[in-house]
Amino acid sequence: MTALTRPFRRLVDRSTDGVEPAPDHDPLEPATDAPAGIAAAAGADLASIAVDIPEADPLFAYLQSAPGPVDVGRLELESPAVEALRDADVALVVPLVTQGELIGTLNLGPRLSEQDYSTDDRRLLATLAAQAAPAIRVAQLVREQAAEAAEKERLAQELRVATLIQQQFLPRELPRLPEWQIAAFYGPARAVGGDFYDFVELPDGRIGIAVGDVTDKGVPAALVMARTHSVLRAEASRLSSPGEILSRANDLLVPEMPARMFVTCLFAVLDPATGRIVIANAGHNLPFVRSGGTVTEIRATGMPLGLLPGIRYEEVEGTIAPDSNVLLYSDGLVEAHDSDREMFGFDRLRDALVVDDAGSELLDRLLETLRTFTGPDHEQEDDITLVTLRRSAGVADSSADSTALTSFSLPGLAGNDREAMDRVAAAVADLELPPDRVDRLKTAVSEAAMNAIEYGSHGRADVPFDVDVVVTPTDVIVRVTDRALSGPVPTDPETPDLERKLAGDQKPRGWGLFLIEHMVDAIDVSADEAAGTQTVTLRIAREEKRHD
Amino acid sequence: MTDRSFGAEVVGRPDGVRLQMRGDLDSRADETLRDAYREVATSGSPGLTLDFGEVGYINSTGIALVVRLLADARRDGRGVRAVGLTPHYQEIFRITRLSDFMDIVEGDAA
Repeated sequence: MTALTRPFRRLVDRSTDGVEPAPDHDPLEPATDAPAGIAAAAGADLASIAVDIPEADPLFAYLQSAPGPVDVGRLELESPAVEALRDADVALVVPLVTQGELIGTLNLGPRLSEQDYSTDDRRLLATLAAQAAPAIRVAQLVREQAAEAAEKERLAQELRVATLIQQQFLPRELPRLPEWQIAAFYGPARAVGGDFYDFVELPDGRIGIAVGDVTDKGVPAALVMARTHSVLRAEASRLSSPGEILSRANDLLVPEMPARMFVTCLFAVLDPATGRIVIANAGHNLPFVRSGGTVTEIRATGMPLGLLPGIRYEEVEGTIAPDSNVLLYSDGLVEAHDSDREMFGFDRLRDALVVDDAGSELLDRLLETLRTFTGPDHEQEDDITLVTLRRSAGVADSSADSTALTSFSLPGLAGNDREAMDRVAAAVADLELPPDRVDRLKTAVSEAAMNAIEYGSHGRADVPFDVDVVVTPTDVIVRVTDRALSGPVPTDPETPDLERKLAGDQKPRGWGLFLIEHMVDAIDVSADEAAGTQTVTLRIAREEKRHD
Repeated sequence: MTDRSFGAEVVGRPDGVRLQMRGDLDSRADETLRDAYREVATSGSPGLTLDFGEVGYINSTGIALVVRLLADARRDGRGVRAVGLTPHYQEIFRITRLSDFMDIVEGDAA
């Protein structure tokens, strides 16, 4: 027979065959069972009619300040709610007000005796309302809090599930590779994003490394992440080209991808023996490489996974020189904000990477830098994933048991690339290297010398370049040092693409570094700013080591 | 001292025109190779054989010259094949993918 609020919905109940509430009636909706005496007095026709009293309706303000029960028949308000009450044959409305807030009404039909409600009736109803209102309000608050707690629990449960899924797919241990220091960090945000990383051992001894990020958060993102993880693993076990792996994974994911979701992913294939790394990128952040005191990006781009079928991914190749770091990372790091909503950004990350440390020490320092930036009260906005690889120093170290074979300087003139090549070939002749190794070394030396002539000497006879050759029990190491007239040689030039060159979209030149990287087992470029020189160090094993 | 300067000669053969090269294929071969291709173009031959049999050295600038020549030949609708490459330079032609755009014939057989 009455009323309820929150939101301001008032129920009008009319009795038809008694006052019993429906068995499943919510006890916090006192419409039909309270007050029983009044309901009984309301007559035999009890039927539920919902009457909304919107806050904007004049009746709302009227009832909120009314001192007691209100005769509907005497109301002179332009009010749709009043009309609705009249249509429902409500004679008396008793506002339920507590702490100045209208939380509901008791709506009564005409008395069965057909007499008006007496003063005693009204006093009784007013007293009842005054006592019932706070109790109902308390009940409402309890219910709201229970609903809120249930919602929180539901979200917490979802987060637990998402975290569980996420953690199931993170590697339990990192690859252990001689001469490599590998570290990884995954820090979920409270809402758990869809970050992941993975290491896959490929049949030929190389290592596949994936870092990815699913748009969206929670369980849906975790499920897409799990599926992407599985697809990448499956494809990596039979394909060794990162571009093909991403392309195939994309084709498998497109038909399954939920609306408005996609996955950014970087896939790298590393040959631990040589440091050669091939990278393909589906819309993920570009990895940073720190080498010889400079930090550069490896520029590989492509469309995220799951958007369009038939995408091909370009591959970028390079060699991680001894003493160099590679960092793969997700958005959570660079897109973190400080209290002024300024973003951490790529430049801060790049600056932070200039420091020479590695492994978990590097990751700890990056996270500390981020914490300093965001401040102590920052709540992490997105998952943060970091993977770093460091090739140990000493891979090209010739100090221990090395023997100097030759050392010479040549004028920086065109043609002396071949002269340098021939002299190095002569110097290593007694080592009886396999002929194909000698050919590879020769091409690498001539290309390094050509860079020295072109960038280091500007083709000037009076600006020489130096070549040193040493041999260790396992390797031949050649250092080509130039006078760096043009500054540092770019170590991450655009990857030569023959089709684009033939189409005129790329210059015919630009093969030098690309060829060197394919010829030798390791290349390192380092600058000595004090001496104004730059040195390219080439290392080639004396015997074939790779399992191609 | 061995003369390693680059030279190129265009020779008409029953199976098409052949560009016989000798010496070092590097930046200094630029003009010679450009002139040689003009001669090939005037011959109107639908096919071109690049003969590397007497080329002892190719650096990345030389590769760039081959790329330019290949682009010109493709523009003119002229098929290109390469003979006389050592196994090492065959490998370089594979790495650079030049071998995807021209037939590499083992040895120096015509």
